[in-house]
Amino acid sequence: MSGRVATGGNSTARTALLFAGMAGLVLLEGLTGGWNTALGIVNMGLISAVMALGVNMQWGYAGLFNTGVVGFVAMGGLAPVLISMPPVTEAWAAGAPRMAAALAVAVGVVALAVVLYRRLTGRIRVLAMLAVLIGGFFLYRALFDPAVAAIEAVNPAGAGYLGGLGLPVLISWPVGGLLAAGAAWIIAKTALGLRSDYLAIATLGIGEIIVSVLKNEDWLARGVKNVVGIPRPVPYEVALQSNPDFLARAAGLGIDPVTASTVWVKLLYAGLFLVVLLALIWLMERALNSPWGRMMRAIRDNEVAAAAMGKHVTRRHLQIFVLGGAVLGLAGAMMITLDGQMTPGSYTPLRFTFLIWVMVILGGSGNNWGAVLGGMLVWYLWIKVEPWGHSLMGFVTSGMADGSAVKSHLLNSAAHMRLLTMGVILLVVLRFSPRGLIPEK
Amino acid sequence: MDLLNAIVALANFVLIPATAYGAQLALGALGVTIIYGILRFSNFAHGDTMAFGTATVILVTWGFQAMGIGLGPLPTALLALPVGIALTSLLVLGTDRAVYRFYRKQKAAPVILVIVSMGVMFIMNGLTRFLIGVDEINFDDGTRFLINARDFKEATGLAEGLALRSTQVITLVTAVLVVALLFWFLNRTRTGKSMRAFSDNEDLALLSGINPERVVVYAWLIATALATIAGTLYGLDKTFKVFNYFQLLLPIFAAAIVGGLGNPVGAIAGGFLIAFSEVGVTYAWKKVAVYAMPAGFEPDGLLQLLSTEYKFAVSFVILIAVLLFKPTGLFKGKSV
Repeated sequence: MSGRVATGGNSTARTALLFAGMAGLVLLEGLTGGWNTALGIVNMGLISAVMALGVNMQWGYAGLFNTGVVGFVAMGGLAPVLISMPPVTEAWAAGAPRMAAALAVAVGVVALAVVLYRRLTGRIRVLAMLAVLIGGFFLYRALFDPAVAAIEAVNPAGAGYLGGLGLPVLISWPVGGLLAAGAAWIIAKTALGLRSDYLAIATLGIGEIIVSVLKNEDWLARGVKNVVGIPRPVPYEVALQSNPDFLARAAGLGIDPVTASTVWVKLLYAGLFLVVLLALIWLMERALNSPWGRMMRAIRDNEVAAAAMGKHVTRRHLQIFVLGGAVLGLAGAMMITLDGQMTPGSYTPLRFTFLIWVMVILGGSGNNWGAVLGGMLVWYLWIKVEPWGHSLMGFVTSGMADGSAVKSHLLNSAAHMRLLTMGVILLVVLRFSPRGLIPEK
Repeated sequence: MDLLNAIVALANFVLIPATAYGAQLALGALGVTIIYGILRFSNFAHGDTMAFGTATVILVTWGFQAMGIGLGPLPTALLALPVGIALTSLLVLGTDRAVYRFYRKQKAAPVILVIVSMGVMFIMNGLTRFLIGVDEINFDDGTRFLINARDFKEATGLAEGLALRSTQVITLVTAVLVVALLFWFLNRTRTGKSMRAFSDNEDLALLSGINPERVVVYAWLIATALATIAGTLYGLDKTFKVFNYFQLLLPIFAAAIVGGLGNPVGAIAGGFLIAFSEVGVTYAWKKVAVYAMPAGFEPDGLLQLLSTEYKFAVSFVILIAVLLFKPTGLFKGKSV
């Protein structure tokens, strides 16, 4: 028993040391590259940490392999638009009822098909389902297409979508979680019965679909025309710069007002994100160390034994998949709030699925603190590897003649060092330290 | 006469493109299926193996073009293909040595190998970008069209033109040759038979003295050759862009799974099923309908079921539908 306590102490010290090192990296960045960039890294690092926590719930606790992270993040990113943008009243008047009818028909058709599938058997089942699905699809399109046309016709250059509810943007964070949880529930219902790598491919597919819906359904969030100017939970820099109190305080500290305002805004964001992150970690540590958490790990380590003990494996998997999806959606909403704009084109699986996986594996899957550290550290590297690559290439090519094709090719290629580095990190960690920087206890 | 026009439009916009695309998907899915059958994991790096292979083929093509070597009416890339396969095989076999073998010895869970293949995917994607950049590259040379739309119209007197690109014919001919060779290898040669035995029952195959490392090397070689050929054909038919190859992963996986993972016949059937559904669902059928229907019954809309942006959604929906009703695919596949 004493041995376990001792290792516990050791691992706490190790965790503290690693986080101190991470803080040191941020400090170094602040001193050399300016506090603005350092805080920029911290803010996205905190959001990445929340994403890593979500993936860690699914993979680390339950062994569910989700490669559709980008879809859940994008789903959450929709929430700030739907909640806090002002409603486009003309578009609502022009198409909202028809759109609602179309969506209701779609849900009804799917529900009817499910009921038919359960009730009927044999050939009649196939025929009835086909009839309902095909007929339902055309009915849906008959309602949907004119609604879309009507909504997108309203001031297409500036709006062309329904807009949101005009509520405070912070409300969108839990809503983002709910949206993603809904998507997670649907995918889990269809795909959780499958084997592990089938689940991976199924989630890869749903990720692609969610992103392509966001890119195409202009009536919903303007698609690739992007929604800009999403309201903020913190003051605008320009407002601060014309606020006499703030100017006086900045002058008192001897900082120029522009720097002071940008740094202050970033600090406010960091505070908000930190509150969310700490609350999540507190909840998740409680959950992990409860009977529920022990059951989850028992299921992960041996499904057959857990099932024999009377645990409902599929139901628990569904539960954790939805919870993890909700955390990913929350992070997605936070990110769009920070950016102040929704750009569906920027949701790529390399950045939002596979990079998050590197974070979880590097940090230590199954350990919440590991996921947080991995999130911060990998984000830091993601930002820094590119300039490092440029310096490296500058050094390598310094001896070459100016204007040579090889030199310019090498200099241009430095931008692609990121992916290479991330792949190497992933492989090296998996090989030599498969339990990550902060291993599961 | 109008029915003829409808048939020509159908062939021009649906049958021919879908057949070419289906052949490319089938070759890609065959590679995925062979790795799954022998190494027993879904290789996420397959799309980027295709990209890397195609990139080497393009570089060699440029080299040949600079030296003035060509195939006349055929694309120079066909000449560069064997060199590209050889170079890519070196990389892939090196990866197996440096990365996968360790986990094979450990008997790691398949899902760990999938994550490992994600790391390999990152590295290959980075290498390809490093090698050739991220821009769109068109490396198709030689004769562009076997049948030109205008000539076709003049020759037949039809209102609708038919265009047959040489790359589409090359895709089909190459695919048929490659598949025939593959099946001959798997069914007739000693190594091929030992691969099938290994795939069916590993323990039994080991007992009968099959060398597993040799089987693995052959599996990688075949998968690499298929990936490079599929990638090059896809690149010739459309254009080469690294990111598009990464995105091909979904339809390729879908094709392999729909057919039944580990089953080569299934991979081919799956490839064509996915390709025809994608093209069929995202094509605007109005043109065909206008020709085929009697006057006065022309449809108002485009008759397009889904916009082309959703083509990946189609493969995913088919995938899920098949898995829900036939968990091991249409042709009986494996399940680990």
